[in-house]
Amino acid sequence: MNEDAGPIFRQVAAQIENAIVDGSLPEESQAPSSNELSAFHRINPATAAKGLNQLVTDGVLYKRRGVGMFVATGAREQLLKRRRSEFADQYVRPLMAEAEKLGISTRELATMIDRWEDER
Amino acid sequence: MTAAATVTDVTMRYREHTALDGVTTAFATDAITGLLGRNGAGKTTLMQLLTGHRVPTSGRVEVLGADPHEDDAVLQRICFVKEGQRYPDHFRVRDALAAAATLFPSWDEDLARSLVADFDLPARRQVNKLSRGMVSAVGITIGLASRAPVTLFDEPYLGLDAVARQLFYDRLIADYAEEPRTVILSTHLIEEISGLLEHVVLLDAGRVLLDDDAETLRTSALTVTGPTDRIAALGRQHELLSEDRLGGSTRAVVRLRQPVDAADLAAAGLAVERTPLQQLVVALSTRSAASPAAAAAARTARRSADYEGAIR
Repeated sequence: MNEDAGPIFRQVAAQIENAIVDGSLPEESQAPSSNELSAFHRINPATAAKGLNQLVTDGVLYKRRGVGMFVATGAREQLLKRRRSEFADQYVRPLMAEAEKLGISTRELATMIDRWEDER
Repeated sequence: MTAAATVTDVTMRYREHTALDGVTTAFATDAITGLLGRNGAGKTTLMQLLTGHRVPTSGRVEVLGADPHEDDAVLQRICFVKEGQRYPDHFRVRDALAAAATLFPSWDEDLARSLVADFDLPARRQVNKLSRGMVSAVGITIGLASRAPVTLFDEPYLGLDAVARQLFYDRLIADYAEEPRTVILSTHLIEEISGLLEHVVLLDAGRVLLDDDAETLRTSALTVTGPTDRIAALGRQHELLSEDRLGGSTRAVVRLRQPVDAADLAAAGLAVERTPLQQLVVALSTRSAASPAAAAAARTARRSADYEGAIR
């Protein structure tokens, strides 16, 4: 896995979250097991399990005894909410830092975003 | 953590040479631990002590609750895959496997067969006539199929190509997931296995330089590039393990003394990357070679604080 993006267990969790957000892992469907994750990402099963447990703690997944882990109802909405709240810090902040370095004003940035919208 | 194996204040001297110098560490039960370090750091000696092949000059070695040198019942539960393992001259591959099958009570014959097929091992060929890589594959097959509660691999991949090494890692992780056991793996190919490791013990000149969870280590250092004066300023709050200069900019491996927000550093115009485990090991070992005093300081601070999740 990519070493540049945080602890591996977080990356495992983030990847499952992505699948929930983009709909490829629907609510109430079964999440991959720690052994499947471990084989797929070539990581220690304990690390994979830690990623899954993080999602259980967050209420994104829940355990069905003897069956496995499933995506909780409402998980997608919960993740969207969290990601929206993190958006400014994760995306706007580096954008502003680079713009400042290049001498691009906030107004110019806003124009760029408007133009981007128009061209789509 | 319950430990499958512990060494306590172990020193090992060969005539003039001190291979291990007051080593104390523990290997967690059912975890995969990477035993890392440069050539001559003492990795093989430590493995020989853990498998009862040698007796320490001083100190105590305990594996599965007993001294492995004196306890046959414990030795049956330890499998040691040695670098450059020798086999009797007339031994064919199948003889080597049959001998191992009688040696290890938990031997898994089906697993052995499937590994022989995967590695394309010629069962009827004499082991000593095989290529280096094929001999390594025999060792790996025995190591995995032994299913020994404590399995040690000492650079088991010599001569194996990238495809065969990947096969080893994949089969190790799959079988470990199915049947967790204590695995101690010494290797120089740190990047290839860093994801497999739960714990890391780094030896340097016979001493423990680092002993920590792999995930903690992954988040304990950053590689930061930027103007030399700003890197120097960073060095007043944290520890700069290595510095490379190019013109007015410096790239440094920074060991964090307290949590940092990587985004803050980026906002301050510094390029921040995670330090791969291999780079951290190289930086620590190089520094230790350059300065014995720094090595001593690192030893006292070797149990780094828990930075896991410190970097957002």
